[in-house]
Amino acid sequence: MMMEISASRRIVNSVMLTLSGVCTVFVVGVLFFILGYLLLHGVSSLNWDFFTKLPKPSGETGGGMANAIVGSGKILLLAALIGVPIGFLAGVYLAEYSGKTFAFTIRYVVDLLNGVPSIVIGIVAYALVVRPMRHFSALAGGVALGIMMIPIAVRTTEEFLRAIPNNIREGAMALGATKATTIYTVVIPAAISGLTSGMMLNLARVAGETAPLLFTALGNQYWSSGYLAPIATLPVMIYNYAIAPEDDLHQQAWAAGFVLLTLVLVINVTARLIIARGPAAQRR
Amino acid sequence: MATSTSHIAETLHRRAKSGFFARLRGGDELSYLITLACTISILLIVGVIVFELWFNSRATFHAFGFGFLTSSAWDPNADKYGALPFIYGTCVTSFIAMLIAVPLGVAASIFLAEMAPPQLSNILTFLIELLAAVPSVIYGLIGIFVLVPAIRTYLVPPLKSAFGYLPIFEGTFYGLSFLSAGIVLSVMVVPFIISVSREVLMAVPREQREAALAVGATKWETTWDIVLPNASTGIFGSIFLALARALGETMAVTMVIGNTPKISASLLSPGYSIAAVIANEFAEANGDLYISSLIFMALVLFGLTIVINAVARIFIMTTQGKGG
Repeated sequence: MMMEISASRRIVNSVMLTLSGVCTVFVVGVLFFILGYLLLHGVSSLNWDFFTKLPKPSGETGGGMANAIVGSGKILLLAALIGVPIGFLAGVYLAEYSGKTFAFTIRYVVDLLNGVPSIVIGIVAYALVVRPMRHFSALAGGVALGIMMIPIAVRTTEEFLRAIPNNIREGAMALGATKATTIYTVVIPAAISGLTSGMMLNLARVAGETAPLLFTALGNQYWSSGYLAPIATLPVMIYNYAIAPEDDLHQQAWAAGFVLLTLVLVINVTARLIIARGPAAQRR
Repeated sequence: MATSTSHIAETLHRRAKSGFFARLRGGDELSYLITLACTISILLIVGVIVFELWFNSRATFHAFGFGFLTSSAWDPNADKYGALPFIYGTCVTSFIAMLIAVPLGVAASIFLAEMAPPQLSNILTFLIELLAAVPSVIYGLIGIFVLVPAIRTYLVPPLKSAFGYLPIFEGTFYGLSFLSAGIVLSVMVVPFIISVSREVLMAVPREQREAALAVGATKWETTWDIVLPNASTGIFGSIFLALARALGETMAVTMVIGNTPKISASLLSPGYSIAAVIANEFAEANGDLYISSLIFMALVLFGLTIVINAVARIFIMTTQGKGG
């Protein structure tokens, strides 16, 4: 026996369900709008000079962002050298050695560190590196982004190592391997595709960070040699050009925005597809 | 007797020690110690963050005390500092952001968790998570050149004609304002609400839905009256998570808020936020009190986001524990 559902309830049902669908389409639409807009304005402003030339002094048109592209690369290298080893090894500890309560505490602290606004991390890098050295430097920017990479590095490593089934560990130990040998020659290689993808995602996340670089790496109109001098980066360049009054600089900001967004999204899509096929996904 | 006991103890101790070093050379203890050291170093880093923020902002605290937080004087030339306009701007923009992002995000997560077929839901969630990966300076770029003109042309005139008598819509709109910053922020934080809320909703046991549907509830009634209350703690968690993001968000806000340290009731007038003033003035700040005042505000922001995040994480954990 079916109970008749009143018309008003049926209408509320369909209206609300449609509304929730509309909200979803709207949010996804925003992504495509951003992509489309940057594609439209970025590509048309992009040329070979952008990748090979230095910025022109203010007032002149033309020029490129070669120094900022190299600068972003250098800072990301420093950040990875600081953030990845610490985060990775701590993740190994949490997944392979730690007791439950300690792991829970660390995980909680790591999540809180992940939530600290990037500008605050920038200030800490300023106090730790810029102030003692008395000048802005690529190193300071690298320290800031490196600290920001740690939380995701820890969580990714722990998650992917935990996804490796225990019988693999037991198999290795049954053959007489020590715990360390098991971890470094059996467990980690088994998780390696997920681990590298996770670290790439992590790098892509900090690649777009601007706020902590404003007063650590600062910026530079020219090439910057070594790691102890102020250095130009793509995100800071986008910011400076976007708020500048000249139209030519706005065009270059769009071009740089397009390059940055493409880089970030390509890494994101590739890494997420690799992860989706990996062992961690199958366990779910 | 006594000597033989201590002799045995000493031998045991020496054997244990040599065993430790043997195992250290074997790699086991070494690996343990190195990974443990890295784990501890994370705690140290958090400690250093707190210490540096506190240590470098003492001067302001000594000069103004807690009055710093309630004073609205901001005049670096006269060496007078007060944080109120910035705290106000941070709160107002985040409030606008949540006002838009919460209904939008919760509705979208309902669609993704309850209605969309799994395949479609996965693809849409993937796209929405990409939205979270877009760098904030890009949101700022879109904000300045696309959103602000659009708000000026399409949103403000109808708002003013309908609600112009309200103090929050008073005055002339020049583009850079609390309202613009709040709208940009809402788009930036909505992916966090959606992806966490969706997972929390999906963790609600299937039987609950089936029971409600079996007694004649519509799909919507099941979702609204049964599934949502079950997941509410986790959804609040996701909202808090998004709020913490909004409070600390820097670049996009700096680019569209107008950077004017004024407290005005109207959402259409320009303002300033904590993160924005640090981004704008820190590199050029001279004078110890100036720098220390900016760092003091960073400390306030740090404390605020830590507390909100801490609550959010606990909320999310309890729901996931219940559902899983």
